[in-house]
Amino acid sequence: MSSEFRNTVRANLAKPEVRANFYRAMDGLMTRRLDQFPDKVELERLRTQSMAIRANALSKLPELLETLEANLTRNGIQVHWAETAEQGNQIVQAILERHNAKSIIKGKSMVSEEMGMNHFLEALGIECLESDLGEFIIQLDGETPSHIIMPAIHKNRVQIAKLFHEKFPDIPYTEDVDELTQMARRILRDKFYAAPVGLSGVNFMVAETGTLCLVENEGNGRMSTTAPSVHIAVTGIEKVVESLSDVPPLLSILTRSATGQPITTYFNMISSPRKPGEKDGPEAVHLVLLDNGRSNIYSDPELLATLRCIRCGACINHCPVYVRIGGHSYGTVYPGPIGSILEPQKAGLDVHGELAQASTLCGACSEVCPVRIPIPSILNRLRYDGVRKDTANTNTVGSGKRRTLSEAATWKTWAWAATHPTIYHAGSTLATRFKGMLPTNLGAWTTVRSAPKLAESTLHQQAKHLGVDHE
Amino acid sequence: MSNTARANILARLKETASCSSPDKGRLGGVSYDWDTAERVRRFTERMVAVRAEVHHATPKTWLDVVQQVCVDKGLNNLLVSPETVLGKQIHAQADRFPTLKTYDQPIESWKQEMFYGIDAAFTGTHGGIAETGTLIVMPSVDEPRLMSLVPPVHLALLKVDKLYTTFAEAVQAQGWVQAGMPSNALLISGPSKSADIEQTLAYGVHGPKELVVILV
Ligand code: SF4
Repeated sequence: MSSEFRNTVRANLAKPEVRANFYRAMDGLMTRRLDQFPDKVELERLRTQSMAIRANALSKLPELLETLEANLTRNGIQVHWAETAEQGNQIVQAILERHNAKSIIKGKSMVSEEMGMNHFLEALGIECLESDLGEFIIQLDGETPSHIIMPAIHKNRVQIAKLFHEKFPDIPYTEDVDELTQMARRILRDKFYAAPVGLSGVNFMVAETGTLCLVENEGNGRMSTTAPSVHIAVTGIEKVVESLSDVPPLLSILTRSATGQPITTYFNMISSPRKPGEKDGPEAVHLVLLDNGRSNIYSDPELLATLRCIRCGACINHCPVYVRIGGHSYGTVYPGPIGSILEPQKAGLDVHGELAQASTLCGACSEVCPVRIPIPSILNRLRYDGVRKDTANTNTVGSGKRRTLSEAATWKTWAWAATHPTIYHAGSTLATRFKGMLPTNLGAWTTVRSAPKLAESTLHQQAKHLGVDHE
Repeated sequence: MSNTARANILARLKETASCSSPDKGRLGGVSYDWDTAERVRRFTERMVAVRAEVHHATPKTWLDVVQQVCVDKGLNNLLVSPETVLGKQIHAQADRFPTLKTYDQPIESWKQEMFYGIDAAFTGTHGGIAETGTLIVMPSVDEPRLMSLVPPVHLALLKVDKLYTTFAEAVQAQGWVQAGMPSNALLISGPSKSADIEQTLAYGVHGPKELVVILV
């Protein structure tokens, strides 16, 4: 069996350095998260509360978006709506044209990755510079993020040192993290100084006050949203919360789940552009609200839970599959468990449905998810949607597209045999008796594992022997 | 385009019957009964853990602390508002400090100096949070946003009576919603940092490399 996904996984599994980088990083992140929650009861209370905050917001999503828009507009922030990534990019393009801007400086934004914004704008001759240190590093190397919180986690310092030396040959070679960071600071400071437009994502939008909240450590988010004369924020429609009092618990569980910090260095709450008399801050602030498949996810009561996600990355950090295959193997913007439920729903089961299979269903993701998203159940649901016949009863994009005749026939036969006791008994007795003749090569499974061996006798025979009365 | 998009998105969302309202359980949270000493202790511990400096001072000694910090760090200049109550006190004794600079014009007319020539800025704060070791900063006409971001050193004065236990308590006690949010409000917990290279902490990525808190 071979697909693009499997091929990339195979290629990445063969890179010991990358695997070691992931192992080291994820180990540290798991320990640090655990240290932040010494009180299990308090953790569970906070998870339940955070889930309720996000569920509440989703239950009132259209109304909250309208309130948010009204309050942002009242505060002087211009709101734009985009149904697709393409539309979102066009809105950004139009804003840039209006301000005659030929370059933008970007704070970290996964939604802009989702929109493929850099490619779109660069094709128009507009320079897009990533200013988050991790994003800056991977942009230098022409790569995409391998993690939603730590985009350059797959690289170690020697690789980064070599990259910097190659790209900036005038600066002396160093493997010192502080010196590398200072190099980036100097380079990017000049860019912040000159940039006409800054772009950022959003972590939470507060409907009640018309406020955009950003969580970060470096200051690139503050710089991008404060130094240039125009600030454009892009985000998914699901990021809204009802009131300001919803924010403190979410912020607390987000940073602790993500990097094991009690809080990040900066929590930035933006409620308006520069007001008359103020001496800095952008003259114009725009918000682009992106749908891109989210309203479709919203229409399914079971899949809706996907939209509770606050993008902390904890599920990724705890995923045994992710840590082995690495973020780039997924071939999608969002990797790991959250990517495996989100990407197939957005792009369609025919495009990324295979990701729903790339899970052991061990449940580590849902155990750590701060908003209690039942990731394994959603994975199962997507697996089912992929092969179901009655696609009329589901809105999932690409439903039934993964159904193959041979698999359907196998299960049909199995179901028939299992519901006919005589056939089932005869089959299992025969299989046990002739187990020596069963194949040891079971395709992909047996390339890395031994084939399962049947027992000496069937369960029914053993039960009978032990005198178990099943009637 | 945008208006049709808006109508389409909202129509799709509204088509889905609102699921059971889970308003329940979303409000409330922990609050601690820490007294002032405990709040100060926790705040200091947290701030120091993220490499911020915390100096304890009194209304009589805080100017001395600011002066000493300027000397210790070898600052050539200090950006201070001449309009705030605290800033006025510093300006009144200008000869004790390095060259005092003022942010008295829009950033566009002195961006070069702000970005490359200012060593440090002094600002007041709107309060603090003990649980996380956090400053609440609400930039204003007198103390604009970039003061706490661009210069390599940020000195901030926090009054102990504005030190709350949690973020939620601060929002509540100061009536943020009722008062209306300022253009920009910030929580600042330490100097700028990153762990993007091999999970190793490096300070001063884009914002200040050093944060000095003077607790009065
Ligand atoms: S699914 Fe849960 S754990 Fe994963 S990123 Fe989203 S909120 Fe975090």
